[in-house]
Amino acid sequence: MSHAPQPLGAPVVRREGREKVTGTARYAAEHNAPDRLYGWIVPATVTSGRVTAIRTADALAVPDVHTVLTHENAPSLGETDDPILAVLQNARIPHRGWPVALVVAETLEAARAGAEALHVDYETADHDVVLTADHPRLYTPEEANGGFPAVRERGDAEAALAAAPVTIDATYTMGGLHNHPMEPHASTARWTEGHLTVHDSSQGSTTVRDTLSKAFGLDGSQITVLSRHVGGGFGSKGTPRPQVVLAAMASRHTGRPVQVVVHRRHMAALVGHRAPTVQRVRLGADRNGVLRAVSHEVATHTSRVKEFVEQAAVPARVMYASPHSRTAHRVAALDVPSPSWMRAPGEASGMYALESAMDELACALGVDPVELRLRNEPSAEPDSGRPFSSRNLAACLTEGARRFGWHGRDPQPAAREEGPWLLGTGVASATYPVLLSPSAASAHAAQDGSYTVRVNATDIGTGARTVLAQIAAAALGTAQENVTIDIGSSDLPAGSVAGGSSGTASWGTAVHKAATALVRRLGEGGTVPPEGITVTADTEEEAAEESPYARHAFGAHFAEVAVDSLTGEVRVRRLLGVYAAGRILNSRTARSQFIGGMVMGLGMALTEGSTMDPAFGDFTESDLASYHVPSCADVLDIQAHWIDEDDPHLNPMGSKGIGEIGIVGTAAAIGNAVRHATGARLRELPLTPDKLLPYLP
Amino acid sequence: MKPFAYQRPDSVAEAVRMNAERPDARFLGGGTNLVDLMKLGVESPGLLIDVSGLPLDQVTATDEGGLRIGATVRNSDLAAHRAVRDRYPVLSQALLAGASGQLRNAATTGGNLLQRTRCPYFQDTSKPCNKRTPGTGCPAREGVHRDLAVLGHSEDCVATHPSDMAVALAALDATVHLHGPEGERAVPVTELHRLPGDDPGRDTVLRPGELITEVVLPPAPGGSASLYRKARDRASYAFALASVAAVLTVRDGRVQQASLAFGGLAHRPWRARAAEDVLRGAPATEETFARAADAELAAARPLRDNGFKVTLARRLTVGALKELTARAG
Amino acid sequence: MDTTPAKDERDAGRLTPADDRSTFTLHINGTAQTLTLDHRTTVLDALREHLGLTGAKKGCDHGQCGACTVLVDGRRANSCLLLAVAQQGSRITTVEGLAEGDRLHPLQEAFLERDALQCGYCTPGQICSAVGMIAESADGFPSHATPQEALADDGPVALGPDEIRERMSGNLCRCGAYPRIVEAIEDVAP
Repeated sequence: MSHAPQPLGAPVVRREGREKVTGTARYAAEHNAPDRLYGWIVPATVTSGRVTAIRTADALAVPDVHTVLTHENAPSLGETDDPILAVLQNARIPHRGWPVALVVAETLEAARAGAEALHVDYETADHDVVLTADHPRLYTPEEANGGFPAVRERGDAEAALAAAPVTIDATYTMGGLHNHPMEPHASTARWTEGHLTVHDSSQGSTTVRDTLSKAFGLDGSQITVLSRHVGGGFGSKGTPRPQVVLAAMASRHTGRPVQVVVHRRHMAALVGHRAPTVQRVRLGADRNGVLRAVSHEVATHTSRVKEFVEQAAVPARVMYASPHSRTAHRVAALDVPSPSWMRAPGEASGMYALESAMDELACALGVDPVELRLRNEPSAEPDSGRPFSSRNLAACLTEGARRFGWHGRDPQPAAREEGPWLLGTGVASATYPVLLSPSAASAHAAQDGSYTVRVNATDIGTGARTVLAQIAAAALGTAQENVTIDIGSSDLPAGSVAGGSSGTASWGTAVHKAATALVRRLGEGGTVPPEGITVTADTEEEAAEESPYARHAFGAHFAEVAVDSLTGEVRVRRLLGVYAAGRILNSRTARSQFIGGMVMGLGMALTEGSTMDPAFGDFTESDLASYHVPSCADVLDIQAHWIDEDDPHLNPMGSKGIGEIGIVGTAAAIGNAVRHATGARLRELPLTPDKLLPYLP
Repeated sequence: MKPFAYQRPDSVAEAVRMNAERPDARFLGGGTNLVDLMKLGVESPGLLIDVSGLPLDQVTATDEGGLRIGATVRNSDLAAHRAVRDRYPVLSQALLAGASGQLRNAATTGGNLLQRTRCPYFQDTSKPCNKRTPGTGCPAREGVHRDLAVLGHSEDCVATHPSDMAVALAALDATVHLHGPEGERAVPVTELHRLPGDDPGRDTVLRPGELITEVVLPPAPGGSASLYRKARDRASYAFALASVAAVLTVRDGRVQQASLAFGGLAHRPWRARAAEDVLRGAPATEETFARAADAELAAARPLRDNGFKVTLARRLTVGALKELTARAG
Repeated sequence: MDTTPAKDERDAGRLTPADDRSTFTLHINGTAQTLTLDHRTTVLDALREHLGLTGAKKGCDHGQCGACTVLVDGRRANSCLLLAVAQQGSRITTVEGLAEGDRLHPLQEAFLERDALQCGYCTPGQICSAVGMIAESADGFPSHATPQEALADDGPVALGPDEIRERMSGNLCRCGAYPRIVEAIEDVAP
């Protein structure tokens, strides 16, 4: 091969693209084995209480049903880090939808029919499932998700708010949201001679292996978890989910391979959700719009199973300069399914509230909302006082305004019509932290001059294979076509999870380190032996090192909406994002990720929402007919641009994460545009016609 | 899903005979709703009688100048049919506003009429529902009911009928032809679907074993214009929050003939006769249209969280009638 | 092909209880496949679990996402809602049947070129749907986005972005690749 090395950033076509467009890429439930059994999860149909009896006779009498696993006959599991995985261990029902049995059968049809034929008796307890701003069970936790302190205070926010000439005090409400990757969570498990092999739809199979090792009391070397192709995750596959435990359990019990797929209707309860939030934001400013105080107080829910606190007030610690600040989280443990990570946990919710409040302040002051943000640029991270490794929010806002045609915008609300449409524009900022997790990688030079890089990265659609090949090739000084990349197996050098927009940075740092060491070895002279040369590296040290810098990606979102003056239906005509996210390593796949985040943000703004049913304790929108992820017709003109950043304080590639920032602030930009179009300041998502109708002409 | 037998009859008579022999039989058309409900455990037939291959797949002209639509004509074919596009645009538009390209290719005319409510409680067999299991109660009334009925509901049921097509057919005064064990009969489409009353388990007036064989449209009123307007939560592939089918004839600034039906508001496509009474003979003005909508919607009894549907239906009605008037203009 | 003959042979050799299964032939990607299947088996499950054709995906199993889209006699359909037993005699084309040997279908090429995919799980359904959709438009089938004036015309419907977006709305993509999907289809559509 005689390909020239390409610089990082080249728009290399994704490596597994051909397999995906031809349908040959195999996902977790597609590893057919002739003797495979099918497991069907039976969810609890009460909200709180316990199982008093499970009568399996009718289910077992269904032809082709092999086994019914319940808490009465399932193996005892060792304790893992995540209590949602302790399934079939006891009779307790912490929320509706909790698995009470697994019906295992020769065919999918029989498994489903067996599940229908299972009789479960319950003893029910009172339940409490609806979060309110003043819920009596709200408490202040130690930490919010991500290890952030629940409360941070600087100066005296209350006093500064009371003294500020201009204040905003607004409360923003969001129901639950669901990740709903297109591939439902699935696992196919098989035990052979004491070795457990699992195909799992996971964002990080090293973690899955470690978890199974604890649950089943095995050494890590006895387990292989494979996630070669994963049909999206958006956080919901970032931690092991019950199906992998159930598949492994059933396979051990039956001695045969078992495939378990979480039914789409069960996903709302079993694989996490973005927790609902009630967020009160108070801003105090002088008449020029310079902030004196920022207060962001978040109320959210968690389950009875575990504490997960959506860290929605955290971005307010990063965004704007103000001498006085209070950011705080409170949480109530309710009888609800366990919330979890969903694309940009914390930032997506929190920046909806903060960036809506900033727009309210701009309106109150009569200051352009882009200008208002520029006036509050901090010189260091407000909360920590650390200098930013790079912060180009101002450049994103300025560049975005130019590209979007923001200048000359008439701030007057409800002043533009085009036939039946009311038109408006809005802006919001975006931010997402730079994270790095320890990973290991190996780099191998073969005698023929080709290279193989191994790292347990996971490609959930990000293009990880492709960009890691680019990183390796750049370090090796070869063409990326010369590099074979092996990812998606826990037998490979341990990789961190594809989450927190940290995958490329974490795996890439390890790959770079291994490749660089290999180059050094090769440079020491001598010939490559027949078996080649392999060098391994890990980044425990780099990941543990505390940076003296505050490291975040920033961005700006601009939206133009058209509101149907008859029905209140909102269309986003244009959505434009400009990002400052370090060096972009593959412009083709990066653009796709940015745009994908913006599309999910559009859904968050307009179409998506999960209603907690007060009587039953489940989310009413439990299928894809009622939970409205955006359709193709919802997505019109979307553009993603970026600013070249040369930040030496990040990692060898100079990259920040890009998977999540596209959703951050998008809903606020759209909401602000809706306000500009109609005059209606709505503070509850999603902005469906029912909410707009009272404000239409 | 329970095991079931499967039969493909060669004729309507055979289909009806097969059904008469098995009380647990269901007719299978495109399957887009029935198979869905079987997977949910809401329907569990012991025999499926596949009528999709019966020779009911033609759209032909009637002697009176109307159209005869076979029950197995697929939604996409009906929407594209020349005569439907030319003379009954409201029907074409309603079909195209519903579901997706894939679903319209499979769904049949008869099956579309008989699709069942998307009420979340009806679809979840772990919850009470008077429609699915009579006597168990209606949790929707006090529960999550934003998408449910504002007109014609009862203590026992607040479900809505999900079809777009049926709303257009209601406005067009279509007639549904049925074959059953006791012979043939015809029912106006406006009388096909019931209100729930105290027997919400029955969606329609179909008698046991009756098969829809065709839908007949009367000639389109001379000089009329028609349209279908639907509001929904996303731009495509979503059920109606509210919709309106309108057929209007305007002469010299006055409404000569008007026919109006609402979707998404009730247990059946809601023919708005009170509104039509106001419209007929009145000046074709926004004021008339609003008065007509109000006359119909005065009967609305919104639940705690779905009052917006009344506003939405009113606005859709006025908007649709204004647009038709402007076209007649 | 990764088929599972053992299961089919087992079924075929067994006395079928009453009448809950049938032996019949499906025509898949030009090949006749005779199977004995439970009547409950959908075309999607027949493909994925009995024929090893896992290109068609199961996203929701209820006709709400389009990941299972295949072509039935040239028309796109949700294979999760089609009972296999009811498709005897139909010609079914899946994503595996689109390429000619190593030569990709133009839509497959366009999806690659435009990066009209990320996780890839909806992709086979998107591509099959696009094949069917282009044919429907060529045959003059209108959509919700077709302008009133074009409804009077019997000819092919021109596929601008609005038409493509509306017609492709039965295929959800959670990665948000829609803008790229529309571009890819525009590249291929006449």
